[in-house]
Amino acid sequence: MIEVRFHGRGGQGVVVASEVLAKAAFKMGFEVSSFPFFGVERRGAPVTAFARFDERPIRIKSSIYEPDYVVVLDNSLLRGVDILEGLKPGGKVLINYPAGKRLPELPQRFKYYLIDATSIAAAHGIGSQTAPIVNTAIMGGFAKMCEMVALEPILESIREVAPVKEEENVAAAKEAYERTIEATL
Amino acid sequence: MREVMTGNYASAYGAKLARAEVIAAYPITPQTSIVEKLADFVATGELKAQFIPVESEHSAMAACIAAQTAGARTYTATSSHGLALMHEVLTWASGARLPIVMTNVSRAMAPPWSVWVDHMDSIAQRDTGWLQFYCQSNQEVLDTIIMAYKVCESSGVMLPAMVVMDAFILSHTSEPVDIPDQALVDSFLPPYSPDLKIEVGKPMGFGSLVKPDQYMEFRYKAMLGMKASRDRFLRVEQEFKNIFGREHGGLLERYQCDDADVVLVAAGSVAATAKDVVDSMRAKGHRVGLARIRSFRPFPHDEVRALAGKVEGIAVLDRSYTFGAAGAMFTETKASAYSVQKRPVMKNYIAGLGGRDITPRILEKIFEDIQVVSKRGAEDEVEWVDVAGLPRRWR
Repeated sequence: MIEVRFHGRGGQGVVVASEVLAKAAFKMGFEVSSFPFFGVERRGAPVTAFARFDERPIRIKSSIYEPDYVVVLDNSLLRGVDILEGLKPGGKVLINYPAGKRLPELPQRFKYYLIDATSIAAAHGIGSQTAPIVNTAIMGGFAKMCEMVALEPILESIREVAPVKEEENVAAAKEAYERTIEATL
Repeated sequence: MREVMTGNYASAYGAKLARAEVIAAYPITPQTSIVEKLADFVATGELKAQFIPVESEHSAMAACIAAQTAGARTYTATSSHGLALMHEVLTWASGARLPIVMTNVSRAMAPPWSVWVDHMDSIAQRDTGWLQFYCQSNQEVLDTIIMAYKVCESSGVMLPAMVVMDAFILSHTSEPVDIPDQALVDSFLPPYSPDLKIEVGKPMGFGSLVKPDQYMEFRYKAMLGMKASRDRFLRVEQEFKNIFGREHGGLLERYQCDDADVVLVAAGSVAATAKDVVDSMRAKGHRVGLARIRSFRPFPHDEVRALAGKVEGIAVLDRSYTFGAAGAMFTETKASAYSVQKRPVMKNYIAGLGGRDITPRILEKIFEDIQVVSKRGAEDEVEWVDVAGLPRRWR
């Protein structure tokens, strides 16, 4: 079973990102489950969401404590939230991070992937210019980081869940897929 | 067709497929998206129903009672304090023998304020004469709503039912759910047509005063209805299985219980996690099993009794607590087991209140504890699990 944890802030579409992953993995024939942890349902507050996929039916209803992947939609959470908590050895982390900006010190035992989802979402007019909704762009990056999930089902799922601007969201995910890079520490 | 959806949407699809004719509901976290989805179905014409936005849960149930009395199939959904506010009219629905079906998204009672899972809300309504079904998956939520109408509307039963699902763990978790074909649901569940209803030009009294020489007979008949619901439920599930190809385990779902030395009794979503734990413990040679209380009302007395006669220890996990006694699942399970010749050792574990996660590790430790306790007896009959400040470590 593959387990994924998402970190973001209220308003960025963290919960929907986890649903996009579940729907995409389901399209690929996996059994899936995704769920949010709502602390305070406020814009800007830290939000965590989770997703699981497996070849066998998923029965477990307990939370995820040792994820295989971590997705960070807001890099301000690198300070203050332990985004690496419980991450399995060799685990992979996708971070929404401005291109060219220096990374903070991170443990070498994990792999890091970077994508400037904020700029991409803003360029495609998703959300406002000051608060772009980055969830669809970041999921394009996820398809790049995780070999088990392909881009096409991610795009299909985005089309299903996007309330407006379906094609802009799809284009953002495609662009993010192309531009996601593995970080050199 | 299988789709990935939340428990709340599965609930809304259940009501839609059952062709609820009147829906009256008041939003409350974490039930809100059930009501939103149904309002959407009605607004788009996908569901032909009267949607009544009311000003409180008390009014929601009152509106369902009125509509059901007039012969309509009704549905509502609530949670926690909303269910508590309905209390007065819940007894009216059952006393008036109205087969209303309601989803309760089980959530802890305040204070302290909480929006997370806990069964105190529904357990506190156990004596209102409603059937209560606890679900472990979103599929079961959808299927149980459809089955509940069929059980409740049969002339021998005519009582309301509460379909209980855990806050967030089911309500906001997305997982694959098969949406059955409407034509098949229609063939399974015919339109509601009660023997008696309010009709213009045909005056009858409903809910009138009865004197002491008649009141008990009404209660006695309601008891017979609840009693009949046991067999009715099992027959309805068999019929459901024949048509839709799946079932959810009857009144008491037994998983790996046949040769088990000890079993865990639990209700709700934690039972699904417990099945994984049973598998992993059996792989290590432990003969453990799970018995899931799917129907709390009617209580699976016969099934619990049969199980109690075969095992050495029973651990009962309650996701609520009855102050001054113990967990309600425990006291009822113990009562059913009392008449068994060779009674098993029984112990109550209070866990997961207010959304506290019940992890596989905690369940494993409960199994390990009941294995020991079943040999030497329980020092404390009730133990609170994973509470800060208590000596035992559960994580």
